[in-house]
Amino acid sequence: MKDRGDTVTGKYFGQPVLRLEDKHLLTGRAKFCDDIVIPGMLHAAFLRSDYAHAIIKNIDVTEARKHPGVVAVYTAEDMGDYWKVGPLQVPPPFAIKGAQFNARTLPPIAKGKVRFSGEPIAVVIAESRYIAEDACEDIIFDAEPLPAVIDLEKAWEDTSVLVHDDLPSNMAALVKQESGDYEAAKKQADVVVSHRYVADHVAGAAMENRGFVVNWDERTQEMTVWAGTQAPLPLRSAIASRMGLVENQVRVITPYIGGGFGPKVMTSQADDVLLPWISMKLNRPIKWIEDRRENFLATTSERDQVHHCEMALKKDGTILGFKDIFYHNTGAYDPYGMTVPLNTQTHTVSNYRVPNFYTEIRMVFTNEMVVTPVRGAGRSEGVFVMERMMDLAARELKMDPVEIRLKNLLKKEEFPLNTGVIGQDFVVGVLDSGDYKNNLEKCIQMIDYEKFRNEIQPKARKEGKHLGIGVVTFTEGTAVGPYEGARVTVGNNGKVSVATGYSTQGQGHFTVFAQIVAEQLNVKVEDVRVITGDTGHFHWGAGTFASRGATIAGSAIHSAAVLVREKIFATAAKLLDVPEDQVELCEGSVCVKGHPEKSVSLGDLAGKANPMRGAVEADVKPGLEATAYYAPPHGATGSGACAMIVDVDPETCKVNIERFVLVHDCGTVINPLLLEGQIQGGVSMGIGNAFYEKMVYDENGQLMTASFMDYLMPQATDMPKRMEIGHNVHPSPLNTLGLKGVGEAGALPPPPAFCQAVEDALYEYDLDLTESNLNPSLLYKFKNEATKR
Amino acid sequence: MAQLIKIKVTVNDTVYEREVEPRLLLSDFIRHELGLFGTHVGCEHGMCGACTILFDGEPVRSCLIFAVQANGHEIKTVESLGTPEHLHPLQEAFNEKHGLQCGFCTPGILMTVVPFLEENPHPSEDEIREAIDGNICRCTGYEKIIESVQAASEKMSSGK
Amino acid sequence: MKPAQFDYFAPASVEEALDKLAELGYDGKVLAGGQSLIAAMNFRMARPGALVDLNNIPELSFIKPTADGGLAIGTMTRVHTVEHSPEVIKRFPLLPEVAHYIGHAQIRRRGSFGGAIAHADPSGQLPGIAKVMNAKCLIRSKDKEDRWVDATDLIIGPFMTVIEYEDLLTEVVLPPNPPRTGSSYQQVARQNGGYALAACASVLTLDEKNHCQDARLILMGVGEMPILSDKIKEILIGQEPTEAAFKAVGEAVQSEIDPSTDLNGTAEYRRDLIRVLVPRSLALSLERAKKGS
Repeated sequence: MKDRGDTVTGKYFGQPVLRLEDKHLLTGRAKFCDDIVIPGMLHAAFLRSDYAHAIIKNIDVTEARKHPGVVAVYTAEDMGDYWKVGPLQVPPPFAIKGAQFNARTLPPIAKGKVRFSGEPIAVVIAESRYIAEDACEDIIFDAEPLPAVIDLEKAWEDTSVLVHDDLPSNMAALVKQESGDYEAAKKQADVVVSHRYVADHVAGAAMENRGFVVNWDERTQEMTVWAGTQAPLPLRSAIASRMGLVENQVRVITPYIGGGFGPKVMTSQADDVLLPWISMKLNRPIKWIEDRRENFLATTSERDQVHHCEMALKKDGTILGFKDIFYHNTGAYDPYGMTVPLNTQTHTVSNYRVPNFYTEIRMVFTNEMVVTPVRGAGRSEGVFVMERMMDLAARELKMDPVEIRLKNLLKKEEFPLNTGVIGQDFVVGVLDSGDYKNNLEKCIQMIDYEKFRNEIQPKARKEGKHLGIGVVTFTEGTAVGPYEGARVTVGNNGKVSVATGYSTQGQGHFTVFAQIVAEQLNVKVEDVRVITGDTGHFHWGAGTFASRGATIAGSAIHSAAVLVREKIFATAAKLLDVPEDQVELCEGSVCVKGHPEKSVSLGDLAGKANPMRGAVEADVKPGLEATAYYAPPHGATGSGACAMIVDVDPETCKVNIERFVLVHDCGTVINPLLLEGQIQGGVSMGIGNAFYEKMVYDENGQLMTASFMDYLMPQATDMPKRMEIGHNVHPSPLNTLGLKGVGEAGALPPPPAFCQAVEDALYEYDLDLTESNLNPSLLYKFKNEATKR
Repeated sequence: MAQLIKIKVTVNDTVYEREVEPRLLLSDFIRHELGLFGTHVGCEHGMCGACTILFDGEPVRSCLIFAVQANGHEIKTVESLGTPEHLHPLQEAFNEKHGLQCGFCTPGILMTVVPFLEENPHPSEDEIREAIDGNICRCTGYEKIIESVQAASEKMSSGK
Repeated sequence: MKPAQFDYFAPASVEEALDKLAELGYDGKVLAGGQSLIAAMNFRMARPGALVDLNNIPELSFIKPTADGGLAIGTMTRVHTVEHSPEVIKRFPLLPEVAHYIGHAQIRRRGSFGGAIAHADPSGQLPGIAKVMNAKCLIRSKDKEDRWVDATDLIIGPFMTVIEYEDLLTEVVLPPNPPRTGSSYQQVARQNGGYALAACASVLTLDEKNHCQDARLILMGVGEMPILSDKIKEILIGQEPTEAAFKAVGEAVQSEIDPSTDLNGTAEYRRDLIRVLVPRSLALSLERAKKGS
């Protein structure tokens, strides 16, 4: 009986089903956070510090309070006992031996000291956002500026100015992980290469900024929150606990969200701490819609690491060992624990066989906004430095970059393979499945590597053109725990509802979750209505991060659907008076095998399963409904390879990507159309990181790139003409459906592939690109510093 | 006391008369005064293109125009295209080719592409790329948007 | 990011506009296309007390041939209109060539030709192009005589011109090019529609011996305002336009430019871009001049 529920026929699952959510989005009918209107609603604006580091002397809000249209103004002083620093949203994994971690979590609003430019120092509540911004200008903020801590390596030194002066240094964390004996391996090496690499700072920059609407209803004693959050349940719990409410007094609803990409997973910031409290105080609904400037200044961002790497190899290119000591900027506080640098550790030593390694995280506090995951989330940096080190080794050994990779990639027979590195999910990483070599082989075949090397490139060079190729590989640790859950219910009209605590920001969950259910219940995909991220509908779950939606929430939904299917069979068999193995699902109904006239519609069956009178057997639950959870033992690892051909103008240092190929393996595919969309979107972010995007803080801690005029987002004309995508399918053994995540894959390989390709293109120079975020001027600098061959 | 100015604006063929402060951005007017929430605001400095609307038939950024300046003019927003039940062929194409993910930038892209396809019913891929260059999309990498516009141009020229 | 309060006036004629500007004095600010001004106001980096909106003055939007074969362009003519005007394309192909690089399509639909010149943004293209094209600007005000100012004298610093607060730039006149004139624009920007890291435009006129009768070159993004080169005249006028001579111009103008370092490029990089772009532009202008247009 059990296995019947698990069959996947592929009627809906695996098909390029068109998205159910599109129609409302395309016609402007989808409801986003700023579309929420509540009678009597007030508007919030934050006054933010221009100083990156300063002692607060005085905040005078007298004039602001008098401003016509202003209802209230609050500073930390006005909050009394309610002011306290936020929770440690992600604790560090204590399983790592000797790991040191100094928790300094985010204050909702500055008190005593400001530690980054953009830190909120007062909030104005007014009749309109325009007025609220006017009144912010009436506030007199008096502070004594301190030197800003910006340079990561200098911040680590004992002589540095302190971000938190109650700590002896700017050390936020120190984590060492090792396997084998690197120093012993080094002694046996024929070649040791070492280098310093920089993975620079980038923004998530979702097109919709953050937003928060809260309404405290004094009469029902309930609080409703609409928020553009990736973590509705943690947000609900955080609000309830701070407000002294029980969880069912707070309902968090995620409306349509215009992209997440990581930063929207943060809770316990100024908006969600202050506004619920103020809404209760004023007994009025309040809306705060972040603007783009605030998003750059005071929403979290990521990358920003400096690595000192060393690799020991045999003459034939075999890796004997790898050592990486890296500085990671956590910003002014570290509420998100060590997720990002742990991801870096797990991804530097992941796809290649590295028998001996030593990696060390030096996480530092700086006077910058907090760093939390952005699509790529530490993996990008790990992939970048490892791939660059492979290129460095290849150059030293005069090997082809593809050859050295093929030599060291893990073989499929080696899986499952224990990596020996504890990751963001607090357990030792296990690479579950895949064929890394085949990814690479397929990739070089797709880009015609041999032909490029032997024909195209020599010919181009004769013509004075500078074409270069870059080929890299990567893994993507995805689908980590702890768990997600879902409830599947057949309605009285025969349509199916799914509720999950997982929240969605454009990935297509309304469709892929419906496909999973439709497959099990043999109903049309459009007859499955999915509700994501509404704590009033489902109140368990962790949130949207680490490419885990389809795998973790999807597996829970699948399990719930299987249970509902079993209940359908049991209920129908009883009703139709036949044995359970004699009933089957026809579209929208249950019929007796061989007797299609003997059937009951799913809607009628749902009614029967929920009798309003009479007796129900003791252990029978009402309705055609089931709730299920899925918790993986560890993450599932996707993998891939990526190649690009670039055309460089050596005089202007402008670069065009002529061809782009990416081969990917995320296990079983639920929807190939949406899968392509996920990869392509990731790639655009990766290309953006490689040549356009960079957050720049000056030495005073001022963010120089707080607008789209200075922070360059990749545009249509910046992208390669075609992203040629190849697929490998090695189902994960970790879950029934064989799923692995894919959300961040595309973002990982472009920066190292770009560097390798540009170095290859500018062949007259001994170019050594050590930064992940290039631009023409920086490339020009590297070119001028390189010796001419 | 702030100056209030009476304006009369035609939006999606409906005439609206309102009194507005001069500083009210047209994007805010459309969204919060008229309740037409399909026009999205992504940057308020003219860079992202999410708030693109048609102003007397021309695609412009509604965050870089004051509502008072719309007095006597005709505006079209995404709500003027299809409905969920009857999509415009351009919207159909975006659905079929997966030309959107979070959908936040999409109304601005549609309102850029509508007049573009009117002027250039059979654009090349390069022309499409350039036409949507002033609209930032963080989700799709643009490839499927371009495929959508190509598909729409075929649909619209064949009258389907 | 909402603008601060201001008073708003929408005159229906140039006369009304001049009256209002005179009345408002220092508090008044002209609102043309607004594509730079309103963005700055949204950041509250600009906060004029009052705006005098030119968008309701039809007489400011025109492209008219002048008697001598040039063109007069009204200040409120949209950049998009200039870019696509057959008259402009025929007489001054340089203008549409440059216009195409100004912001994105939606910005060009609204942004105005005269507004972009009067804004005098050192990274903007049109102020420099007006200079290299020998444009004449008509400046009017209520209490003063109408003034014709050469574009070369109009800009006096970054975002600074000789246009005073009560003045209005109403039209720009482009004098005709002699026969056998070719022009071209070259720029390096990080993205389409973005500001140029460095740019130049050249206008070459050949005599019957195919020597340079006139040579004009504007260098942009490499100083506080667009720089009209003198060096080019020393090197090219009366001379045969050769590749070597063009390279020499690229070198010689190094003493005329004063680029600075910012987020997008170092001064050194910008210098080298000029070194590369100037010969490229001159070669292209020569090719076009030879074709006789």
